[in-house]
Amino acid sequence: MSKFEKKRGKASPAISTASLPDIIFMLLFFFMVVTVLRDSELKVAVNTPQATEMTKLEKKSLVNFMFVGKPVLKYRATYGTKPRLQLGDKFAEFSEIPLFLEKHKSKLREKERDKITSSLKVDKDVTMGIVTDIKIALRKAGQLKVNYSAKKRAS
Amino acid sequence: MGKTSSRDRLSNEINAGSMADIAFLLLIFFLVTTTIAEDKGVLVKLPIWSNEPPPTQKMNTRNVYSVLVNAQNQLLVRGTPMRIDDLKDNTKLFISNPRKEADKAEKPTKAIVSLKNDRGTKYDTYLTVYNELKAAYNELRNEEALKKYGKEFEFLDVEKQRAIRAAIPLVISEAEPTNFGEEG
Repeated sequence: MSKFEKKRGKASPAISTASLPDIIFMLLFFFMVVTVLRDSELKVAVNTPQATEMTKLEKKSLVNFMFVGKPVLKYRATYGTKPRLQLGDKFAEFSEIPLFLEKHKSKLREKERDKITSSLKVDKDVTMGIVTDIKIALRKAGQLKVNYSAKKRAS
Repeated sequence: MGKTSSRDRLSNEINAGSMADIAFLLLIFFLVTTTIAEDKGVLVKLPIWSNEPPPTQKMNTRNVYSVLVNAQNQLLVRGTPMRIDDLKDNTKLFISNPRKEADKAEKPTKAIVSLKNDRGTKYDTYLTVYNELKAAYNELRNEEALKKYGKEFEFLDVEKQRAIRAAIPLVISEAEPTNFGEEG
């Protein structure tokens, strides 16, 4: 004990922990930024309908997202107001669905590939025509697990 | 006491050590909340695509519960209009057929719910209808679980769940949509 006190007495102060908060704050900001970036920017307005019989999407890496809705104000001039499909972060045609699914699949290990779920985030005011076309494209591509994204309804 | 006073004399800085704890708290808060905001939705298994038309099966009409949704978002169930609010209870009655009526399913394993919509049907309506049909099945399974094992379906172990799933299989067959009301 006396040893320690002697050292400190010799005016060599403890390592300053003042920079620790800065490091932690840096981590904090990193996580805050990353979690926002991960979600692709929505170019279509999606307001999902309500439902009660819902299943959670378990692992986010096993899920690919498709968005359907009217383009947001910014893109109305170029894309009109008809409901459109968005894959990843850009507008897409139905013919691009197989490639999109394949790209997502190739990132995963062989074992996980049959657990992939497609999450359809569809605006509630969209008509079924476009949804039916997507369903057919998914079936043709062999992607059969589909999750219609919805909000919880208070029953 | 003498110790602390000597330390004070050496360094006059404010102790910033607790700042790290505060930052950690914030960090953990963000970590937790970002994972909590999970996506939920109605899980559906689509049928496998085949180019050949599906084989026409002779079904006893009493076992088929046909639900049609038109472009005006109206429901036609077995030839009669129905409100969406009544759909779940009627579907449950059809599947379980507690009074053994002649126009309802012989037994739950034979029951088929057939859903057909129009390309002009609103997605909201479609999902609500699908949700009601699924709710009917889920409630029946729950009732069966409570009756047989005294526990709710989701709390049963895997084997018992499988037994109930086999007794009340979820069969919602979707037909190719009609195309009357789609806007161009």
